[in-house]
Amino acid sequence: MNIGFYPGCSLKGTSSEYAQSTLALAKFFDIHFTEIRDWNCCGATAAHNLNHELSVALPARILALAEQQGLMEIVVPCAACYNRLSVTQYALNKDLVLKDRLSDTLQMPLSGNIRILNVMQFIEKYIAGRIEEKISKPFAHKVVCYYGCLLVRPYNILRFDRLEDPQSMDALMQKIGATALDWAYKTECCGAGFSVSRTDVVAKLSGKIVKDAEDREAEAIIVACPMCQSNLDMRRPHIDSYLHTKTHIPVMYITQAIGLAVGIKREELGLKKLFVAPAFVD
Amino acid sequence: MEKKGYLSEIKSNTGLNVNRCYQCGKCSAGCAVAEEMDYPPSRLMRMLQTNNKENYGKILASETIWLCVSCQNCLTRCPMEIDIPRLMDYLRERAIKEKTINKKSKNILSFHKAFLDSVKYTGRLYEIGLVADYKMRTFHVLQDMAIAPKMFAKGKLPIIPENVKDKKQLHTIFKSSH
Ligand code: SF4
Ligand code: SF4
Repeated sequence: MNIGFYPGCSLKGTSSEYAQSTLALAKFFDIHFTEIRDWNCCGATAAHNLNHELSVALPARILALAEQQGLMEIVVPCAACYNRLSVTQYALNKDLVLKDRLSDTLQMPLSGNIRILNVMQFIEKYIAGRIEEKISKPFAHKVVCYYGCLLVRPYNILRFDRLEDPQSMDALMQKIGATALDWAYKTECCGAGFSVSRTDVVAKLSGKIVKDAEDREAEAIIVACPMCQSNLDMRRPHIDSYLHTKTHIPVMYITQAIGLAVGIKREELGLKKLFVAPAFVD
Repeated sequence: MEKKGYLSEIKSNTGLNVNRCYQCGKCSAGCAVAEEMDYPPSRLMRMLQTNNKENYGKILASETIWLCVSCQNCLTRCPMEIDIPRLMDYLRERAIKEKTINKKSKNILSFHKAFLDSVKYTGRLYEIGLVADYKMRTFHVLQDMAIAPKMFAKGKLPIIPENVKDKKQLHTIFKSSH
């Protein structure tokens, strides 16, 4: 089993706990990842905002590197990277002129058939069947699962889960003993890439999400995207001042929640890196 | 703008036919930032349909095109499957070329540019460098000073940038994408 791994920039910096917990989970279940060598940034929001060609060229290099290294399946935990890589592969397969041109620029072949897995797809495929037997401490908490934009849209390309009311994360949470509550903000936008340039917009959009979660008395918001996590967690002072109240709900990665349930050590899950500490983790 | 008008230009660059919009308003209803925009997405569609230069000028100078966070909600809910996010990408590229960037939105553009520069020089995003560069461009020196030390203490800000080794290939990508 040769599974490729694309961490992307966030996981090497601001969201290192996401990388840490994903790798810890994989190790716990005896899954070996091969990091794509010499990978570059996917270009994220900036590239497709400013330069369309670049927004496909950067992800294309990553796909080409994976292919060159014999990695036909890659796990991409960051939802933004997952989105860019998937959208690019779709565009390449639809537009063969573009594919040839980029393959030329890169001087590398681009087959266009790499399997790109987001974190839920990875867990479902390789871990889900073995989770229950490994649970040592059920994650018996009320949670809301927050999917955001990038895992579910655009549907015609990603085809990952239900659009308005996705279920995959909810199902995994139930598997580890959590109660996944119904709520209204599963796929609403958190303000994404505006964290620095328009913090006011992030405070408002993320504020509504945090408020609904607290109103429903959830104990944690579970996420699978570093942008969502940092907006909802690190921007909490701005959110609180927008809401005129002090909120306490922590925002955890799905990999951290599952890790806790199967008994992985807290340090290995990077729980200390969360700004809003989960009160129920001793 | 050439004689044929901007509609055919939009069509040839993005494949989108804005005349297919029948003004149901679902895009604006679901848009995360519609309240902040000067023209919510359905209004922008209507303005484009007029094929009127003056309206196009207003759009290229609007805050709307910069406030769009590409959340894709509009596309998801549009009964005509009109790819508004792709259209927004195109309009931003036009606004940069025509130098009609909305004054209030210069920060957003500066951030995107600082981001891409980081990628251009190292191949990866270097967060400390990005924020420093952004501050130089916008003079928002004090912003985020409050959370930086905490991020640092939590090991969320590596000091040394990571580098892609194959710089030549990276530069070729940037060069051929212009
Ligand atoms: S949802 Fe589609 S058809 Fe309806 S107003 Fe918006 S763009 Fe037009
Ligand atoms: S993609 Fe842009 S225009 Fe469409 S709903 Fe999201 S923010 Fe609004």
